[in-house]
Amino acid sequence: MTAPASTDASSGVDDDRLVLSSVEQEMLAGRRGPGVAMAMRVVTSLATVRGAQRLVEVQSAHIDGCLYHGQAGLDFATRLHALGARVTVPTTLNVGSLDLLHPGLVREQTDHEREVAQNGRALMDAYVALGARPTWTCAPYQLAARPAFGEHVAWAESNAIAFCNSVLGARTDRYGDFLDICAAITGRAPFAGLHTDAARAGEVLVDCTAIPTRVLGLDLTAPLLGYLVGSRVGTRNPVLLGLPTATTEDQLKAFGAAAASSGGVAMFHVVGVTPEAPTVEAALGGSPPRETIALTSDDLVAARRELSTATDSRLDVVSVGTPHASVDEIAALARLLEGGRPVAPHVDFYLSTGRSVLAEAERLGFLDILTRSGVRVVVDTCTYVTSVLRPGARTVMTNSGKWAHYAPGNLGVEVVMASLPECVESARAGRVVIDDAQLR
Amino acid sequence: MTRSFADPGPGRPEPIAGRCLHSGAARGAVLHLDEPLSFWGGTDHSGRIIDQHHPQCGESVAGVVLVMRSGRGSSSSSYVLAEQLRVGTGPAAIVMSEPDAIVTLGTIVAAELYERAVPVVMVAPDDLHALRTGALAAIDATPDGAVITVATPPRPDGQR
Repeated sequence: MTAPASTDASSGVDDDRLVLSSVEQEMLAGRRGPGVAMAMRVVTSLATVRGAQRLVEVQSAHIDGCLYHGQAGLDFATRLHALGARVTVPTTLNVGSLDLLHPGLVREQTDHEREVAQNGRALMDAYVALGARPTWTCAPYQLAARPAFGEHVAWAESNAIAFCNSVLGARTDRYGDFLDICAAITGRAPFAGLHTDAARAGEVLVDCTAIPTRVLGLDLTAPLLGYLVGSRVGTRNPVLLGLPTATTEDQLKAFGAAAASSGGVAMFHVVGVTPEAPTVEAALGGSPPRETIALTSDDLVAARRELSTATDSRLDVVSVGTPHASVDEIAALARLLEGGRPVAPHVDFYLSTGRSVLAEAERLGFLDILTRSGVRVVVDTCTYVTSVLRPGARTVMTNSGKWAHYAPGNLGVEVVMASLPECVESARAGRVVIDDAQLR
Repeated sequence: MTRSFADPGPGRPEPIAGRCLHSGAARGAVLHLDEPLSFWGGTDHSGRIIDQHHPQCGESVAGVVLVMRSGRGSSSSSYVLAEQLRVGTGPAAIVMSEPDAIVTLGTIVAAELYERAVPVVMVAPDDLHALRTGALAAIDATPDGAVITVATPPRPDGQR
């Protein structure tokens, strides 16, 4: 009664055996040091679970393990460092628990907050000591160097994974804490999932042609579509039909982040826009769709209502920039704020972004406009993963489907999902001001 | 909850064979989840299920043989599971019908750091259904295969 059950019909893994190259065998045997061996044990264990027959060399890595969730993460990074491990491919870091450029912005009032501040800082330091770049952003695709089409990489953080696969056409599977740094150290990942052609084809056709083109061009539509699509397709790959060819990277970012949060989307195709979707047929990999979903303006309005948990017009906080704002998004916010009324005194307005984008925004003069208007800029972390909002804050408006999805659970706040102009208008009015007519 | 560990019931069921996702040996009471669980955001430091939308919200995964179709959601679940295994509030064993890499990674890391050998086993969906809440299960998983022995047969009242 020891024979493994044949239960994985999709890959027939029972006959698969992971085959390692001689270099990979050396790593596993400890001939490149005990830290590399530990990292390789994790990579090969996961490869076996995934039914991979070999590993694939990765050209870069993006690490999500630098956000503190407890002692185990710190133990893991410091163990690797103590054993002499170091990253061997260009490696960027996702957000940590602290804003290192704005000390005091993350609260340290409670025992738990002090633990997160102290150990969270130690965890961020540990990943830098392993050789990763202190980029501290969930939008590594907004950094100067980004993966080329077809390149294999090991990226963690669900929105970055979706963007990398779908918009850049680079290849990463759904990596997360621990596996990310082990891939960066060994330069290897299991050859499975979205590294392979078969897993990248579209599976569910999402017909958006009934939604007016003007509405599809709105920034608000992208996260609402993402929320809807993620909820409907789960972890399958959607193919969006009918989106304007002028759809921007920022809109694709907002779509992917929401779809990865409400479902588990790690790869999507937008016909005529994303690189592996020149046509519907190409996006579907030559097969008919397993399912077709038709979406309308009514669905968008319903999605906004589902994401919005607040029941009255009270407003305490506005938070934009999840995923981290791009220079274009900061410019758009600056244009809306410049010369207008100030933000109401009882409303805190936060913008989250990466430190490299902030430097560029400062150089272009946008930062000055933001700070004069009362916007508080958060870098290196994000307002929904650590303690930033004031304790009494109850209702928060955001333009992010991802923020709206996670914040009620993480922070215990009520949320209003809105466009960027609605965020600015509401912040000035000191209460929620939204209009669903724009979505029709 | 009424558990009848001592009562083997009429007729000992056949052992269930599975695929080993992570090696280890453990025994404990089965907690069969009706929906996949995200450890991140779905459980707290003490192992309690805190996801308000989860049918078993309020139950604890600490020390149980956790049975579910798969994990769900964020990749940070590996981290949260490893942390629970560090402080002793994680499951004694995990049985799923899908080869969930995120869940398994949490146990791999706990083994590396804390020498906690928490078995993770994949079984056929029908075998998963046979593992009812409250039954006492013993799990032995090695790279060559995994066997789950159930001491208590399914309850006649249809409860899991």
